[in-house]
Parts: sequence; structure tokens; C-alpha cells
Amino acid sequence: MKKTESVTRLKEIALQIRTDVIESLASAGSGHLGGSLGLADVFTVLYFYRLTCKPAEPSWPQRDRLILSIGHVAPVLYAALANAGYFDRTELATLRKLDSRLQGHPGRDHGLPGLELSAGSLGQGISVAVGMALAAKSDAARWHTWCICGDGELQEGSVWEAAMAAAHHKLDNLTVIVDRNNLQIDGPTESVMALEPLADKWKSFGWNVMECNGNSVDELLDATDNSVIVPGKPTVIIAHTIMGCGIRSIEGNFRWHGKAPSKEEAMMFIDELNHRS
Amino acid sequence: MKAIQYKAGKTGFGEGLVEAGRHNHNVIGLGADITTSVGMNFFAEAFPERFFSMGIAEQNCIGVAAGMALAGKIPVFSTYGVFAALRTADHIRISLCYNNLRVVIGGAHAGISVGPDGATHQALEDIAVMRVLPNMTVISPCDATQTRLATIAAIEQVKGPVYLRFGREPVPDFSSPDQLFTIGKGEMLRSGNDLTIIATGHLVWESLLAAEKLAADGISARVINLHTIKPVDEEIIVKAASETGLIITAEEHQIIGGLGSTVAEIVTRHHPVPVGMVGMNDHFGESGRPEELITIYGLNAAGICTKAYQFLNKKL
Ligand SMILES: [Mg+2]
Repeated sequence: MKKTESVTRLKEIALQIRTDVIESLASAGSGHLGGSLGLADVFTVLYFYRLTCKPAEPSWPQRDRLILSIGHVAPVLYAALANAGYFDRTELATLRKLDSRLQGHPGRDHGLPGLELSAGSLGQGISVAVGMALAAKSDAARWHTWCICGDGELQEGSVWEAAMAAAHHKLDNLTVIVDRNNLQIDGPTESVMALEPLADKWKSFGWNVMECNGNSVDELLDATDNSVIVPGKPTVIIAHTIMGCGIRSIEGNFRWHGKAPSKEEAMMFIDELNHRS
Repeated sequence: MKAIQYKAGKTGFGEGLVEAGRHNHNVIGLGADITTSVGMNFFAEAFPERFFSMGIAEQNCIGVAAGMALAGKIPVFSTYGVFAALRTADHIRISLCYNNLRVVIGGAHAGISVGPDGATHQALEDIAVMRVLPNMTVISPCDATQTRLATIAAIEQVKGPVYLRFGREPVPDFSSPDQLFTIGKGEMLRSGNDLTIIATGHLVWESLLAAEKLAADGISARVINLHTIKPVDEEIIVKAASETGLIITAEEHQIIGGLGSTVAEIVTRHHPVPVGMVGMNDHFGESGRPEELITIYGLNAAGICTKAYQFLNKKL
């Protein structure tokens, strides 16, 4: 896909992913809507533009790896995987139900194609991504490792152990995207446990730091471009997102971090999505 | 009896790691600063391109090992057992065990025989915490030779996470280099009918000494080396319970959750008999020379004999 042609198409896909997120959460009756909607554009750009992967061959050894560290936004990962063709979209309705391959937090033991890691305990995914990138580097393999972290998650100390290790081992085959929505369960990150100056923290740990609007497909395309990689340095993209992005009544409201919409709300939300697009 | 050499478990671990690394180029070493004191220096010297220094950051080491395993490597990470098993517990639970990844964790400096460093560095709870985790294999070899063989077996045979525990002090290296080391199979080292001593780690040696002493008093003690705590050899334990009617367990670990608990869980389920437990009794260790500490806490042949006499009249 050429970039100029693709922007419109990518926006359509992001809309479909948001719709699927809302529907699957309404069907589940519990789960995390806000962060899942906020990351819809990031997942769209990764799975439909940036990642080298083969949905028909999920364990293709040369694929790029995407590690989702914040397992609680599993609904947006599942919606992206289904839309990319890893499994049928109808399965999204089984989210969080008994015997489903779509566990509340990603669980590889349930056999969902395309899932790289079972995760949900915060602060661990980035270490796994560092290990993958280190393995790829030691093999001189060409695949790239991507990792999506939350902003509240950066309060976990082990994240910074991983950040130190990635720079120490010069992992320029690793890109971390931070979902900077400024919110966590108890409220704004800056009142729960301040993260700023966030870009400076990463810089001082030896990372190549990018910032972009994480709800703009255009900006994400530029920020995730391979040309931004700096040899010898891992890259972090601080993606400024809006929790609940797409649904005006819930945008920026941390009470929607860990909440699912009712059936009626879901219909309203989807209606709004279609009218705004 | 021929003269017994003394050798530290960590040396066996280091030798086994090098051997496994020679067999398979996917074996990777991850060091957390104390590479030499856990015996990983041999590997780092033999395969510098496959050894990665990760600094004093054990939680990250576990995640990195998980990522490497997902990318087809067989990572081996080692540090002191207190840090390897406990500081990292949630990372091990989710990144390793829930993902069921092929990673070997070497828990060094096991037990109170670490000595003068004191309670902070004496791993006495690691077996309990590791064995409760689904998918985890827990191995606690009896001496350096067995640690070498167990290290190779853990790296080459187990498809999921392994916690392998070994000590620092040179102790009698009595097991045969020609032994067939089978994960999950206990070894009967001495036959007997009056009671069974089931031990793990260095206390297997002390159990053999205890059995000698008991024999001098006309008591016939069976001795079993339970080198694999999980998956546990239920058969050898149930057989011991039914044939000898009394079990004494011995470990350099807390009684709560350790070998004693493991054995009691099986015995109560299949063939209830009294189980006397030698181990740390819900207590932290302290500084002292290793031999002073094992004497004070009764983690030696004398302690095992005392426990045996206490329990012989409870025998059913
Ligand atoms: Mg957040």
C-alpha cells in the first residue's frame, strides 16, 4: 500500500476496529474500553501498514514481533488481529467468556493465532521485547520488535531496568510505543505518580525519542517509519492519545479505563463513530 | 569407602552449562553481576558471544529470558536463589510460567550453609515459591556431579521453565558420574525397612551418614534422594510409606512449603504415615560458619537421627 493512498483506507480500518472493540466489550459485559479505543489508530498503523507479518502463517520466523505489555487493552489487539485476518471476526463476540481463545488478558495457552505473549502483569512486556530484540540481534536477523506500553505502567521499576538494558545492548531493532493518555485507574498520571519529564527520562536512558499524536494516522505513519531509527539506539515513540478516543462523551474520562459499555451505550457509541467519520 | 572429594554445587552447574552450550548453540547465558559466584563464568569465558551481562536487574532478566525463549533460544539465568526465585516471583509466574517458556533459572547459594552472609542471602523459601507455580519444574540435586548432570538435563530435556537449586559450599561429591539422571525420578540410595529418610540437596549426604548411625543402633533406614521436587516421584514416596511406615524428610529449606510439605501432601493422599520434618522451622537464618549453622539448626546427620528417634514411637 502506498502511503498517500493508504491513509483513507487506514482510517476506515481504525473505525472498524473501534466498532469491534465496542461490540466485543458490550458482549463481554466487562473489560477496558478507554485504553482500547485510544490505541485503535496505533494498532491499525502497525498491523495494516508497518509490521511485516503473514496472518496466514502466524509463526513465520521472519515476522516482526508486536508485544502488548498492557494486556488489559486486549480487545483492541484482538480486533486488529481479526481484521488483519488471523481469525474470524465473529469470534470477537466470545471475549472474556468460558472456553474463549480471547482471554480477558492475552493468554497464549488458549491458542489464538497471532498472539506473541501472554501478558497482563504490568511492566513485564518491555523486558520480553528486549529479550526478543537481543536474540534477533545476536542472530543478525532482520525482523523488528515492537512493544506497546501504557503510561501508568512506566511507574513499574522493572520497565527502567529494561530501558537500561536495551540501550546498553544497542537494540536499534526495538521500538517501544508509549500510550501517553495521561490517565490511569486512580486518575491523571501526574497526580497518581508523576511521569514528566517523560521524554527526558527516556533520553537520559540512552533512547532515541519520538513524539506524535497517537490518534493521527498520518503522524503515526511518520513516527513509525524505519527512517526514524537511529543506529545503535532503541527508539521510543511517546504517542499522545486520548483515552476513549472517538466517543466524545467518554474521551479523557479515566472512569472508562476499566469499564465496558452496556448494550444500549454500545449502540449509541457506534452510531456516533459512524456519524463522526 | 573411597576418599570423597569436596566440590561446590555451583561448580557442577557451571560445568554442566558449558557442556550443554557445547551441544547446542542456542543455549544463552544471562548474568546478573555475580556471574563468577554462581559458576557462570565458565560459560561466559567459553562462549562470550552467547553470554549477556544484564546487570543487577533480576526482574528484567526473567523477561529478557522469556523473550529469548520466544525467539528460539534456550536461556539460562542464574543469581542467588533469594533473588532468582523471590524478587522475580511475579515475572516468573507470568512471563515464564504462564507462557510456559523454556528457560532454566539457576538458584545459587541455596540453604543456610551460605553461612556468614546471613539471613538476607540464605535461600530458604525458594522451593516453596517455585513449586507452587504451574508449568514449573523444580530440581535440587544432591552434589556437584549431580548438579552438572541435572543442569544438562534441564537445558536439553525440559520444554518449560525450570528452577534448579544448588549450594555454594564445597560438600562431599559422592554421586556417580555415570549415573542416569532422570528428572522426576527419586533415587533409593540405601534400602531399609524401619523408616525412610527422604532428603534433597546436600542433606542427602547427611541422610546417608544418619542411616549409618541408626544402623549401629539396629534401626534399618531407607534413604531416598528426591532431587526433583516437581514433578515429584509419587511412586517412590508411597512405596516408602507403605513399606517402612515412617518418613523423615530433610532439607536446607523451610519446612513450610518445601520438601517436607511435598512429601506430606502425597503421603496424606495415598498412604498416611507419620512424617517427621528436618528443615528450617519458620525461621530466618543468621551469620555463622556453615558447619555452626547446620549444627545449631539441626540440618545434619545428628539432627536427622534426633528426629528419627522422636518419631519412631509414633510409627503406625
Ligand atoms: Mg494510561
